[in-house]
Amino acid sequence: MVSRQSDHSQGSERSGEERPGRISRETRAKIEAEMVKFPVKRGALLNALHLVQSETGYISQETIEELAELFEIHPADLRGVVSFYNMFHEHPQGRHHAHVCTNLSCSLRGARALLRELEGHLGVRSGETTADQRITLAHEECLGACAYAPVMRVDETYHEDLDLERAKKLLDELE
Amino acid sequence: MLKVPYVTNYLTEHFADDSFATVAGYVARGGYAAARKAITQMSPDEIIGTLKGSGLQGRGGAGFNAGLKWSFMPKQTDLPKFLVCNADESEPGSFKDRILIERGPHQLIEGLLIGAWATGSEKTFIYIRGEYAYPAECMQAAIDEAYQKGYLGKDVMGTGFSHDVVVQRGAGAYICGEETGLLESLEGKRGQPRKKPPFPAQYGAFGMPSTVNNVETFSHVPHIIGKGADWFRQFGTEKSPGTTIFGVSGHVVRPGLFELPLGTKLEEIIFEHARGVPGGRKVKGVIPGGVSMPILPAGMLDVPMANEFLRERKTMLGTGGIVVMDETTCMVRVACVISYFFRDESCGQCTQCREGTGWMNKIVERIERGAGSEEDIEVLGDIAGKVEGATICAFADAASWPIQGLLRHFRSDFEQHVKLGKCPFPESFEL
Repeated sequence: MVSRQSDHSQGSERSGEERPGRISRETRAKIEAEMVKFPVKRGALLNALHLVQSETGYISQETIEELAELFEIHPADLRGVVSFYNMFHEHPQGRHHAHVCTNLSCSLRGARALLRELEGHLGVRSGETTADQRITLAHEECLGACAYAPVMRVDETYHEDLDLERAKKLLDELE
Repeated sequence: MLKVPYVTNYLTEHFADDSFATVAGYVARGGYAAARKAITQMSPDEIIGTLKGSGLQGRGGAGFNAGLKWSFMPKQTDLPKFLVCNADESEPGSFKDRILIERGPHQLIEGLLIGAWATGSEKTFIYIRGEYAYPAECMQAAIDEAYQKGYLGKDVMGTGFSHDVVVQRGAGAYICGEETGLLESLEGKRGQPRKKPPFPAQYGAFGMPSTVNNVETFSHVPHIIGKGADWFRQFGTEKSPGTTIFGVSGHVVRPGLFELPLGTKLEEIIFEHARGVPGGRKVKGVIPGGVSMPILPAGMLDVPMANEFLRERKTMLGTGGIVVMDETTCMVRVACVISYFFRDESCGQCTQCREGTGWMNKIVERIERGAGSEEDIEVLGDIAGKVEGATICAFADAASWPIQGLLRHFRSDFEQHVKLGKCPFPESFEL
C-alpha cells in the first residue's frame, strides 16, 4: 500500500544534544518516549504539544520551530495543527485557566449568569487575562459533566455543581 | 468526584467499589475471564459471529452493528492492524464514557483485548478528549497495572497473544469524535475528517487497517463473550439489545447517569429515574441523545429509547444524553446555543458546513434579538435542509438536525419572536 503521508520517515535521534531553546531536556526526553509508542513519530505530536505547553504556558513561534525540527515537519504545518485545537494557545496566558462551560445543559442551569458574574468579579471579559496575569477567564463548549452543571474547569480540574460563592472562592484562592 | 450511576446493571454494577478499577478487584469480580476464554477457546470468526448475533449497536452515536464493523477488517494482510478506542466524548449532553473510564478501566481493557484477538490487531490507540485529564490519568494507571500483571504486552495471560495499548490526548476539537477526524488527529494532524471510501478497515490509523469503536461499545464486549449473545439479548428490544448508560441533564430533580435497557420509555427515565422537573413545572421539550439529535416535544415522551422507535419520531438515540427543558425555556435561545456550538466546531473543510453553520447561527441570533423576519425562518429551514447530507462527514447533519427538529415542533416560538420583535419568554434561561 502506498502511504499518502509524506512525513512517515523516522529521523535521527537527537536526544543527547544540548540545544538552546524553550523546551527543557526533561520534556524533550518525555516527548521522545512518546514518539516510540506510535508507528510514526508524528503520532506523538499532540501529546508533545500538551507536554510543552504545560511547561511553557503557551506554544510560541520559537517553540513551534523547535518542535518542527524535532518532528521533522515544516513549521507552518505544525502551526496549522496548533491553531486547529482550542486547548493549544499561541499567545501568553494567565498563570491559571478558568473555563466555564456554556453549552446547553450548563446554560439551562445558569452557567451564563455565572460567567457574567465572574467577569465582573475579575474585571475582565471572557477570553481575557487579569492584569496581574493570574487568571485567563473563558467560556468553554461542553466539558462532559452535564448532570453536574454549572461546571468550571480550573487548569486541569473540574469543579462541578457550582454556585457563585464557591466559584469566586475558587478563583480567589488561585495564586 | 465519585458520580456512579443511580441505576446500575451489568456494565456499572461495581462502579461504587474503588477496587473495581484495579486488576485484583476486577479479577475478583470475574474480570478477564472472558478475554481468556476468547483467546484460548474461540476463533476470531466465532467471536465476531457471537458479537454479530448479540446485535450490539455501537454506542458512540451512529448505532452501527459492532460485530459487522469488526468483520470488515481484512484477514489476509501483512500490514499491522490497529484498534482505536474513541474516548473523545464531546457531544453536548453526554458524559457516560468518562465514568466507564474512571470506574471500569479494566472492563474496557478486556473489551479491547477481545477486539484485538478477533480482528488480529497488534495495538490499540485510546484517543481521549484533552479536557479529560483525570480520566486519562485513571486510564493510564490501569494500563500500567495491566502491563505489570501480564494482562497487556507480550504473552497476555500466558496465552502467547500480545497486545499494546497507547493513550493519546486530544486537545479540544469536537470534530475529532468523528472517526476519520479522530484518525487524522491521532496522526498528529488537524482533525479534518477524511473522504470515505476508503473506510478505516482498509485505510485507518497511520494508513493501516483499523476498527474504531466507542468506549461503551468495547465495555459491553466482555459481558457478551463471557455470557453469550442470548444472555445479552434478554436486555433491551429485539432490534436494540443490551443496556446503555443514559445521561440526564437540564431541568430535572435528579440529573445523573442511569444504566437501563434500551427501549426504556423516555417518560420513565425523566419522571421516575430523574424524578421529574423541579418546582412542579411541565416539560416543554427533550433532546434524546446529545444536542445533534432532533428535539422531541412533551407529547412524545412515551417513546421507547431505541433507534427503531426514535426514528419513527424523526430523531435518534445518539449517545443517550438526554437534555430536559421545562416550560419556561425559549427554544430560539436553545437554537442559539446549539448553532453557536456547531459554528464554532465546524472544521471548515466543506463549504456547506463552514458557511451553513455560521449562517444558521446568525439567523437564530437575529430572531432572538427581535430583529428577525418571517423570511429568516424560511431561510433557516432551507439552509438546514440543504447542508444535510452535502458534506464529507456527518457533522453538517449534526448541525442541521437540531434546527430542523426545533422548527418542526417549536416553529411558533420563532414566529412569536418575529411578531413581537422581542423574546416572549422572560423566564427562560439566560443567554
